[in-house]
Amino acid sequence: MEPTIQSDLSIILPEIVLAVYAMAALMVAVYGGKDRLAPLLVWTTAGLMAVLGLWIASASAGTRVAFHGMFVDDGFARFAKVAILLSAASVLVMSQDYMARRGLLRFEFPILVALAAVGMMMMVSAGDLMALYMGLELQSLSLYVVAALRRDSAKSTEAGLKYFVLGALSSGMLLYGASLIYGYAGTTLFSGIIQTAQHGEVSIGLLFGMVFLISGLAFKVSAVPFHMWTPDVYEGSPTPVTAFFATAPKVAAMALFARVLHDAFGHAVADWSQVIALLSVASMFLGAVAAIGQRDIKRLMAYSSIAHMGFALMGLAAGTAFGVQAMLIYMAIYVTMNVGTFAFILMMERNGQPVTDITALQMYSRREPGKALAMLVLLFSLAGVPPMLGFFGKFYVLRAAYEGGLVWLAVAGVVASVIGAFYYLRIVYYMYFGEEGEELDTHSSPVLWGFLMVSAAVMVLGIVNMFGVEGAAAAAAATLVN
Amino acid sequence: MDNLLSIVTFIPALAALILAVFLRGEDEAAQRNAKWVALFATGATFLVSLFILAGFDPADTGFQFVEQGEWLLGLQYKMGVDGISVLFVMLTTFIMPLAILASWNVTTRVKDYMIAFLILETLMLGVFMALDLVLFYLFFEAGLIPMFLIIGIWGGANRIYASFKFFLYTFLGSVLMLVAMVGMFAEAGTTDIEVLMTHQFAYEDFSVLGVHIVGGMQTLLFLAFFASFAVKMPMWPVHTWLPDAHVQAPTAGSVVLAAILLKMGGYGFLRFSLPMFPVGSEVMTPLVLWLSAIAVVYTSLVALVQEDMKKLIAYSSVAHMGFVTMGIFAANQQGVDGAIFQMLSHGFISAALFLIVGVIYDRMHTREIDAYGGLVNRMPAYALVFMLFTMANVGLPGTSGFVGEFLTLMGTFQVNTWVTTVAASGVIFSAGYALWLYRRVVFGDLIKESLKTITDMTGRERAIFAPLVVMTLLLGVYPSLVTDIIGPSTTALISNYDTSLAAAEAASQYAAN
Repeated sequence: MEPTIQSDLSIILPEIVLAVYAMAALMVAVYGGKDRLAPLLVWTTAGLMAVLGLWIASASAGTRVAFHGMFVDDGFARFAKVAILLSAASVLVMSQDYMARRGLLRFEFPILVALAAVGMMMMVSAGDLMALYMGLELQSLSLYVVAALRRDSAKSTEAGLKYFVLGALSSGMLLYGASLIYGYAGTTLFSGIIQTAQHGEVSIGLLFGMVFLISGLAFKVSAVPFHMWTPDVYEGSPTPVTAFFATAPKVAAMALFARVLHDAFGHAVADWSQVIALLSVASMFLGAVAAIGQRDIKRLMAYSSIAHMGFALMGLAAGTAFGVQAMLIYMAIYVTMNVGTFAFILMMERNGQPVTDITALQMYSRREPGKALAMLVLLFSLAGVPPMLGFFGKFYVLRAAYEGGLVWLAVAGVVASVIGAFYYLRIVYYMYFGEEGEELDTHSSPVLWGFLMVSAAVMVLGIVNMFGVEGAAAAAAATLVN
Repeated sequence: MDNLLSIVTFIPALAALILAVFLRGEDEAAQRNAKWVALFATGATFLVSLFILAGFDPADTGFQFVEQGEWLLGLQYKMGVDGISVLFVMLTTFIMPLAILASWNVTTRVKDYMIAFLILETLMLGVFMALDLVLFYLFFEAGLIPMFLIIGIWGGANRIYASFKFFLYTFLGSVLMLVAMVGMFAEAGTTDIEVLMTHQFAYEDFSVLGVHIVGGMQTLLFLAFFASFAVKMPMWPVHTWLPDAHVQAPTAGSVVLAAILLKMGGYGFLRFSLPMFPVGSEVMTPLVLWLSAIAVVYTSLVALVQEDMKKLIAYSSVAHMGFVTMGIFAANQQGVDGAIFQMLSHGFISAALFLIVGVIYDRMHTREIDAYGGLVNRMPAYALVFMLFTMANVGLPGTSGFVGEFLTLMGTFQVNTWVTTVAASGVIFSAGYALWLYRRVVFGDLIKESLKTITDMTGRERAIFAPLVVMTLLLGVYPSLVTDIIGPSTTALISNYDTSLAAAEAASQYAAN
């Protein structure tokens, strides 16, 4: 049966709904109340994303392809989309109070986040180099703008500009790679590229293009050596935006990575596995070592996310279905931890002003035992210490790496995780062992408090059965790698 | 009582949860409540754990009270005890109420303190009962978190350094074990410890980066586990975290560290290294034996020159653990029995010694040996208890310390005479530092002004020492209490070890022909 435009459109209905909503909201806000509508928009956008997430999660299984293979809706894409939508919705809700009190809550913010989410959904469903680029750019352009959301702050505009210039560079690399791939494979469809590779050796031009493509994507997941923008952008952007950067886009880029490597280059595993392994080990070590000197918790989280991306790439480097499953589980856990951690960072205030210096946490546990305990759980989880869920994420990727024959990578990973444990412990040290210093405000919005507590509770209770994420990730990975 | 082990394990955690949720405030009454809840919970754990001992059948060398359930990723929640682990479980439940009693004078953040100790007890019990690799690792590693906090929050002046060193040192040791566990999971397809004990891991020699590895995979796995257990034990030369941690930890922290946490290393060797990697163990035995002998002599000498009482006892612990590793890797009945006996006896003696330091530290707030002298004049009961445990530490016949040292030396003598000769000289050194410590602190004239008003032990302190005195003497004169329980399991362990070695030997000879 020839696919009709109706069936194609029905497949990408969630994306259409979100995109139409974003444009409609833009119109309403521009001609309506402008920034007065912003709080309402935040809630409706988050609500819509959550609803879409649940809808996709409950959607029927099976793989559907639209627009002649450009758009793929399979279990893998659905898993990533649910993670993206739910984390984006969480961050939106968390940011409302913080931004409103600083006069940053413009109506463009939720709309840009919604558009970025559309881009990310496109990315994870891309079945073609052009669809890939379209999704990536839609996401990136939205992110460039939100990074510079605080126009009157030099740091914020610097962050936006830096992100834009370096992002453009990486897009250039990616496009160059894509054009090489097109030239040597004769098609931009992943399903076509993989067939070219199937017959005998992969041509050198194709490999060249693949490496450029990997470089461009490595920039998006901030893997070393394409990580330079991360600390500056994390530090300069308003904290809710940083929280957003650390969660949904990372999932999308990592999922896209897996998609391209397996769907388009699934027969050249041996070729890209080494590249990914190298990116992985460099990220883990740089993330662990460079964060030691950081006093700013946002910069620290930037390096922490670089290290975590290294671990997620370790799963990918294995080149197996189990590796993809491990990566998905790792990303799901990573996102949950980061949502909680940033909820905590958003609450760090003194006299109503945001504080990001970790020394400000001196003896925090005395005044706020509950929040300090939740943060303690999250920090040990980030460090990968059992019994927190973060340990299981590491366990999965280690096992994937071992079974993929990358024992050296697994050993390097655990050594890096010990180095990395130091800076998480140092935050614990300030909160629990430090001396009395200037106190932080005890103000906390119930929303942020809720996210912090739920995230910490998930890290502890999740070890019982991971809330079914394990099975879902296994099913998702099976649809991608077969 | 199908879930007896889980019940015992999680009573303390439940009490910790109750404390965390229901206890509010920092006033006197709240502090008292926290202490009593903790004491009650640990006491109840001990009483319930007596059912394990009562229902334990020593003749059965398999695992008993086994509980099993599905978990993530094909892992299992599996708990059980055998002759090797059951007494460690009992040691833990026995020591914990004493540790809580010893903390009665804590005044800062009492609730958090008690929660940390209760959680720690759950995790330690889990280590000795877990029958799944990853479950074991979970308990093993998670114990670092409460101990890190105990040292860091309630420790001495230099507590930050000590807590970080403690955490990172032991963490580095155990992550290598994690990689080995992942490897074992991948090779054997299961993490069930019972199954893994019968699994034959590859032992064909191979080369990695030009290094020829005798014993192949088994040696590598052994080394990875060794990295973790040797640090935990601690063996020379990776023992340096222990004196720092002991000196800075509060009294109860030192007690738990010395009496229970150190035993995890020895337990690990018996549970994993010997049964699962017999060939690897045999390859590395000379190294371990010599490291043990060096530990006995070297740390005894270091203990001689210490100015700080806790540091002295910490070094003496390292020396005594040297006997344990020696006995384990002698891999014969006397050696292994002696090693387990030594660990249990050290659990009582070192706990008592740290408590003894705690008694005078509570009064004078110093651990400097020079700050004391002539205590016998004001504290006769204290002097008596101190004397008993000094003698036990030296290994005087009639105390439990003698049995362990004697058995391990006897076991090792059959394997390596030189190592035994060197280690036996350590017994003399231990008499040297222990008696000298005792003389400097307790005897002599009471000339220091500050000591003129010091008071003897209170009823609470006497109550803490009484069970420890009883156990030390009882095991000293009637060691069969322990060896009857552990005997059949250690016999099985050693015969399996010898059988696998013989099989490996036969296979390699067959291959050579």
